[in-house]
Amino acid sequence: MADALRAVVDALRAALPEAVDEVAEFRGETTLIVGRERVLEVLAYLRDRATLRFPVLMDLTALDRLPAEPRFEVVYFVTSLDPPARLRVKTRVGEGDLVVPTATVLWPAADWLEREVYDLFGIQFSGHPGLTRILMPDDWEGHPLRKDFPLVEEPVEFVGRVPKVPSRIIPDVPSKGE
Amino acid sequence: MATMTHETLTINMGPQHPATHGVLRLVLDLEGEVVVSARPVIGYLHTGFEKEMETRTYHQNIVFPPRVDYLATMIEEVAYVQAVEKLLDLAVPKRAQYIRVILMELSRIASHLVWLGTSAIDLNITSAFMYTFAFREKILDLFEEVSGQRMMHGYMRVGGLQWDLPEGFEQRVSALIEELPGRLDEYERLLTDNLIWRERLEGVAVISAADAVRYACTGPVLRGSGVDYDVRKAFPYCSYEDFAFDVPLGQRGDAFDRYTIRMEEMRQSRRIILQALDRLPDGPIITDDRKVVLPPRRELVRSMEAVIHQFKLVSEGFHPPPGEVYAAVESPRGEKGYYIISDGGNRPARVRIRAPSFTNLQALPVMVYRGTIADVVVAIASIDIVLGDVDR
Repeated sequence: MADALRAVVDALRAALPEAVDEVAEFRGETTLIVGRERVLEVLAYLRDRATLRFPVLMDLTALDRLPAEPRFEVVYFVTSLDPPARLRVKTRVGEGDLVVPTATVLWPAADWLEREVYDLFGIQFSGHPGLTRILMPDDWEGHPLRKDFPLVEEPVEFVGRVPKVPSRIIPDVPSKGE
Repeated sequence: MATMTHETLTINMGPQHPATHGVLRLVLDLEGEVVVSARPVIGYLHTGFEKEMETRTYHQNIVFPPRVDYLATMIEEVAYVQAVEKLLDLAVPKRAQYIRVILMELSRIASHLVWLGTSAIDLNITSAFMYTFAFREKILDLFEEVSGQRMMHGYMRVGGLQWDLPEGFEQRVSALIEELPGRLDEYERLLTDNLIWRERLEGVAVISAADAVRYACTGPVLRGSGVDYDVRKAFPYCSYEDFAFDVPLGQRGDAFDRYTIRMEEMRQSRRIILQALDRLPDGPIITDDRKVVLPPRRELVRSMEAVIHQFKLVSEGFHPPPGEVYAAVESPRGEKGYYIISDGGNRPARVRIRAPSFTNLQALPVMVYRGTIADVVVAIASIDIVLGDVDR
């Protein structure tokens, strides 16, 4: 972990005790795992009060960890522009209680991103101004990026008689007088 | 004399509209000609790339990225493979990195030329469209020469490239690149000095720096508002730290600033390509890690081990360690990131595509608020959206 980022995480742990459950690191990227109740507090801290400010919510997404429990993770990507740094904040939600507080109160950019997560994973964001489907049709059933949503192709239905001889595929035109 | 009514009129713009650059639908509330609210409705081109990528091996997935953003195909392929390389902690040979840089910058020029031509045609300047597409076609010819395909190349491999450059490719690139400044001057004479172009673009579709940051805009939309953020400089990848280039910035955040930035970016791309051609090192074009890349054909007739590796890679693919990585590139539209999660299997557990067009389009209602309906067309063109990237 870069020194500046370590300083941010240490200061965050001091300022908001017990907010960060876990700090994971892989290939030089840092991920904070935060409880759902504290996630907005942590994001607001990173945006406004941290020693290195993270003013951009670069991305927001979710993942389905089936069969692990809690099943879903909501991931926030925050970026500092100057000096450049990236940080990921994650929160976990289990099935039966899929509600996360909305980040639209901090960033308007979260609006569509949360709608996309709702659309594809079925996670609710409490306080979101208009949580409707965004990519899938409004009357779609289910949430496609869940692991238990099957990826199938719609079968093509052939109805009626299928002629064996290619030249017979051209429909018969009744001749005059018939 | 008729009295003026102050009703709001709701109209649909798109999804089938020539000036929306694809299947984008806008629901506009109008007071006369003035837009009081705009609501983009997207999803008409949703193809489920992220779901599809979970069902294929890491190598098979290389076919998807160029179809996401079909105007910046080489950049898109590198964005994906370098995320997988980061996951594997794999070093890419210097020659492969330099070739990637050359192809990515050519791709950026090609994408900006499409943007320039289509933006001009939205304002009824048809001739610029013909010129830019003719020049773009020459770049696509180079891509075809190197990969076999004009657009959906599949030239990048995890760890390097499919094969080396064809003979004389460097000379043909530099010949084409020599032609570029003259062409750009020609387009600028057509447009920058054109009264209609300036009147339609200056002061239109303005977004402040604070708003651009709050809406997570990236690329020329963010830089047009004066915020200095370019992934190539901020988080250098693919040896971009070896090259000298400038990041042009705007001041007013209007459509004209975005236009001048993209024109300057093409000139900077040329600078990068010339440096990369000049210093193009010799050496391998793909890593020799046999657990990831296919063995060369000549080894297959001599080595049993090579046959086994070939069989394992073709039938099953490789297994990256469990973990998650995010790797981003600077696409012509902004920060394009791939967030890949591995559970240790031969297919990714989840691939998330951070699409710059998606977040940039979200700021459209801010840009067109209280403008006229004619300026909506300018605003859409100046964001430079690709609907494949928006809907994925």
